Amino acid sequence: MGELMIGLYVFVLATLAGREVITKVPPTLHTPLMSGANAISGIAIVGAIVVAARADGTLQTALGIAAIAMATINVVGGFMVTDRMLSMFRKR
Amino acid sequence: METFIELVYLLSAVLFVVGLKRLQSPATARGGNALASLAMLLAIVATVVDTEILTWTGILVGVAIGGVVGGFAARRVEMTDMPQLVGIFNGFGGGASALVAIAEFTANPAIGVGTTGVTIMIGTLIGAVTFTGSFVAFAKLQGLMTGNPITFPGQNPFNLVIFLGVLFLAAASLGVGLSADPMLLFGIFLGTALLLGILIVIPIGGADMPVVISLLNSYSGLAASAAGFVIGNMVLIISGALVGASGLILTQLMCKGMNRSLANVAFGGFGGSAGVDRAQIGQRPVRRADAEAVAAELGYVNSVVVVPGYGLAVAQAQHELRKVGDLLEQRGVDVKYAIHPVAGRMPGHMNVLLAEADVSYDKLFDLDEINSDFSSTDAVLIVGANDVVNPSARDPQSIIAGMPILDVDAARRVIVMKRSLSPGFAGIDNDLFYMDHTLMFFGDAKDSMADLVREVRELA
Repeated sequence: MGELMIGLYVFVLATLAGREVITKVPPTLHTPLMSGANAISGIAIVGAIVVAARADGTLQTALGIAAIAMATINVVGGFMVTDRMLSMFRKR
Repeated sequence: METFIELVYLLSAVLFVVGLKRLQSPATARGGNALASLAMLLAIVATVVDTEILTWTGILVGVAIGGVVGGFAARRVEMTDMPQLVGIFNGFGGGASALVAIAEFTANPAIGVGTTGVTIMIGTLIGAVTFTGSFVAFAKLQGLMTGNPITFPGQNPFNLVIFLGVLFLAAASLGVGLSADPMLLFGIFLGTALLLGILIVIPIGGADMPVVISLLNSYSGLAASAAGFVIGNMVLIISGALVGASGLILTQLMCKGMNRSLANVAFGGFGGSAGVDRAQIGQRPVRRADAEAVAAELGYVNSVVVVPGYGLAVAQAQHELRKVGDLLEQRGVDVKYAIHPVAGRMPGHMNVLLAEADVSYDKLFDLDEINSDFSSTDAVLIVGANDVVNPSARDPQSIIAGMPILDVDAARRVIVMKRSLSPGFAGIDNDLFYMDHTLMFFGDAKDSMADLVREVRELA
């Protein structure tokens, strides 16, 4: 089995797992869910680091740095704002 | 070493899933978010250890810029502006994934048709559409451009042609169909994909934004997955799939909340609709009430249900609303909040506003939980909501026919706090405003609510 097929298996199963877990998130937490998921999509930073590290030439270096900057906005901003929101959800 | 790195990635993927699972309850959610950020840190550290990094300068510059911008935005954003913030973060996520795919292409423009070539095209396309689409959504929500749908004749056929053009250019960039400089073709492909993102979002407006934001959220995940296929990294594929699933579930819930299909939202050009005689709107007599009268209606009853809408967010009146709620509770009134799934501009928007104002989350109820309670409710206070309480949704002839609504008209008394009788996003009149047991409390929600706080305090 090639790497593509393994990747597809993983992708499909992860989607199903995500579906099971996320369907049970209550509507009251849908905004933090979205911003938290947003932060997770900042995982592209891993790809950005790989690209930036093996860049040869100005164009690829620039692309890599831009990718790292954007992904970091997502990661740092996403997790921080989600935490800020969740700290407000209190039961009195 | 290789195996160890892969095991760290696996642990990271597991922690993402467990972190998301903890979002199933407000009590564990904050810890879940912390787990997910730990998972991210692990993945980043594993990558840095595994990758032979020749020069750190660029990487550190990128992280510094992103960290400052992201951290600043996260600290400073008003809760009312969360839809814009999440919108633009979606864009950065998509953009980052697109850039990873783009960089891989520029490293080997003659890559040709093959697994990597095709995944590069998919990653670039989804990422680019997410990037520009999210910026348009941001501009609409932030008021930088009109929030209304932007339509032109032949829009859907035009968009279809652009979409087919994008697919053709993607194939051409891989050397299929056209023989020209692959970098040039790829450049045109990228430009057209960026244009497509703009075209997809401009015809969608106002109250349909929750659907768009959810869908772009899903895309940003799919783009990350595609980038994972490009560089052969499982943790990217898994995390991207989780985000993709999350966004898709929210998209479906939002569509269900409006009883419309995704295709209808995307291609329908809904809102400000034709076929409605706008001159007729607001011409019928209503019963008006001032703050003193409303205070009396709310202060001497057993149960009050508050229905917040986008108008609450626009007026930033959530803190005053909570004060009214507190005062009523001190008087022995049972106060609950009814949240429609598409109230506001993103899923859960109202809940976050009320949480910010320190309303206890166990007093917030969604449509299914509270709809049967209205018939035994003394008074309903509607703050800046319109279409989600419009009884014409029960009329099969109505443009909003079948949309799930809060059955507020079943309550003994209905008080509507609103600036004017102007219609909501659907562009139709609301019969609720003219009913015998409805009182209209006109004014800016924040000022009106401040008046109401004062009047409730003065009740005997």
